[in-house]
Amino acid sequence: MNFYEAVRVAMLALAANKLRSGLTMLGIIIGVGAVIALLSIGRGVERFFVEQFTSLGTNLLYIFPGQLSGGPPQERGRDVGVLTLSDSYAIANPLRVPDVLAVAPEVTGRVVVARGSSDMEVSVSGVTASYQDALLGDAAIGAFVGETDVQERGRVVVLGSDVFGSLFEPNEDPLDQTIRVNNILFRVIGVMEERGAGIGGANLDETVFVPLTTASDRLFRRRTVSGDYIVNVIYATVSSEDRMEAAQEQIAELLRERHNIGFQGEDDFSIINQSDLLSIFGDILSLFTLFLSAIAFISLVVGGIGIMNIMLVSVTERTREIGLRKAVGAKRRNVLGQFLIEAVTLALIGGILGIILGGGGALAATSFIDNFSAVVGIDAIVIAVLFSMAVGLFFGIYPAYRASRLNPIDALRYE
Amino acid sequence: MLNRFLGGNGANGSEPPAADSPVIETIGLTKTYTMGDVEVHALQGVDMTVRIGEMVAIMGPSGSGKSTLMNIIGCLDVPSSGLYRLDGTDVSMLDDNALAEIRSLKVGYVFQNFNLLPRTTAQANVELPLLYAGIGGRERRRRADDVLRTVRLDHRSDHKPNELSGGQQQRVAIARALINRPQLILADEPTGNLDTRNSVGIMELFKQLNEERGITIVFVTHNPEVAAYCDRVVRVRDGLIESDERNPSAGSKAPQSQAAPGPPPSQPPSR
Repeated sequence: MNFYEAVRVAMLALAANKLRSGLTMLGIIIGVGAVIALLSIGRGVERFFVEQFTSLGTNLLYIFPGQLSGGPPQERGRDVGVLTLSDSYAIANPLRVPDVLAVAPEVTGRVVVARGSSDMEVSVSGVTASYQDALLGDAAIGAFVGETDVQERGRVVVLGSDVFGSLFEPNEDPLDQTIRVNNILFRVIGVMEERGAGIGGANLDETVFVPLTTASDRLFRRRTVSGDYIVNVIYATVSSEDRMEAAQEQIAELLRERHNIGFQGEDDFSIINQSDLLSIFGDILSLFTLFLSAIAFISLVVGGIGIMNIMLVSVTERTREIGLRKAVGAKRRNVLGQFLIEAVTLALIGGILGIILGGGGALAATSFIDNFSAVVGIDAIVIAVLFSMAVGLFFGIYPAYRASRLNPIDALRYE
Repeated sequence: MLNRFLGGNGANGSEPPAADSPVIETIGLTKTYTMGDVEVHALQGVDMTVRIGEMVAIMGPSGSGKSTLMNIIGCLDVPSSGLYRLDGTDVSMLDDNALAEIRSLKVGYVFQNFNLLPRTTAQANVELPLLYAGIGGRERRRRADDVLRTVRLDHRSDHKPNELSGGQQQRVAIARALINRPQLILADEPTGNLDTRNSVGIMELFKQLNEERGITIVFVTHNPEVAAYCDRVVRVRDGLIESDERNPSAGSKAPQSQAAPGPPPSQPPSR
């Protein structure tokens, strides 16, 4: 009996019990579907973030206060590092840091903006004029925060596009209108164009921009003892990608000097580039994927047990058939092969349907979520097919072995 | 002499040369089952010879060991001790797979309850043994058509068992037994599930196959009407052959040899 015949016999047996075969496959369908959908969506998310980061430019450095990795600050026995506006101005000095083009300090928080009867809670970014050069395009309407606004601590605000949409009528002119930010009156000087998600997933459309000095003095009241302005992060764009390391070293040297850190002292700031951020994000994503894959794997195992269960029932039910086949000359390996092929076929068809289901789910996610497209990879499909076959093989062996060992005399007499 | 005579008879069939050799030859066959702590001696030393072209009925009450004998003759089981030669080959010590091969090539079975695969056409049922003999699809179909014509069911080849009458189902089973062109057909109570009219039809078919093709047929039966068709009736009781007689009513055929090569011509009733 050749392989083709064996497959034909197995398919006939499965077709004879369509409902049962279908239900048995369900476990594998769900398991494989979950694996495919998760892998595809995970990959899509990864690509989405890579695109977001790289759209900001691959030559961007992030400077944060404190050490991102390391124990709690108290254990390090000194103050948490602080970055200030003067640090930012120092970095912007081309004589000290020649490889940096633009430097944008930022202080962030949450505020309530209100106009008339409508209000909403939004993110606020306290920025300087260079923020626009380093990170953003031009304002759609009006202007961005300017250098004079920063020096004068002006109560002026630039709205993200969603904030504008919530506070104003679509065709209303917002310029020089007054809104309240944390109950302080601000004059609207511009509206940003629609950006979608921004750095680290923050939604720039739901952000308002004010001068950094205004944010520190009027909204948060954050200053150092010496009266300097505290910033949360400093963005620095580097002249070219291959100068990244040089720029990082220049900035580190400057800041260590400014912060009076001795020869062997540890930095009280962190400089991170795009690829660092991407790899941190990749670590998180792969942990997440691993966790979900474990769940999907469990469902595959459950599906496999379902197959084993049904194959055992099937062997018992078809004892006489097995007896007859042996009586007319089937060898053990023929019977073993027949039931093994049935189990593998069940799992394989389940796997293929699962791929269709999972792929469909991923495509549905693509069409429902803006700016996102899932990636159904060939490798994921191949893995799913091989894995479902392996499940069928593993859980099919025992029932098939039982069938092959049946004694034809007993089997023929079985009622 | 005797062998020569038999040879002439066997030559009616399709295999003239080895006609005088026995198809079945058992010497001192025993079979002991262990059921719990009890040993059951199903066979206690059976000597029996069946020559090519014979049509033999093995009869006996329930528990006489006739089914055990049948299973061993049919290579579905192996004896505990003793010798069994099927078509000249000693098969008493073969393993599972070797027995399967012998069954595939040398023996055809007909069962009381037909044992056809449900939801499967007559044609596919008949082809089943060829599947395991490694014969290709076209040849399978050709041979299946052939044997279905022999049992006069060629017009029903696409029907499934539940669309056939009992007699027709048994004809399909006989066609299946014939398809590998075995020397030997074993029929276990083949008319047990059939009414009288169908029983006669089936027995006539067996008779015809025996006479026209020289196929050796061994029946296991309770039914004297089945035995009446046979040349020879072997009675089994308590695991031993009780009597082995030529059947006077089946006089249409030439006389046959009596029994084992041992004590001629007729074996005395055993202890």
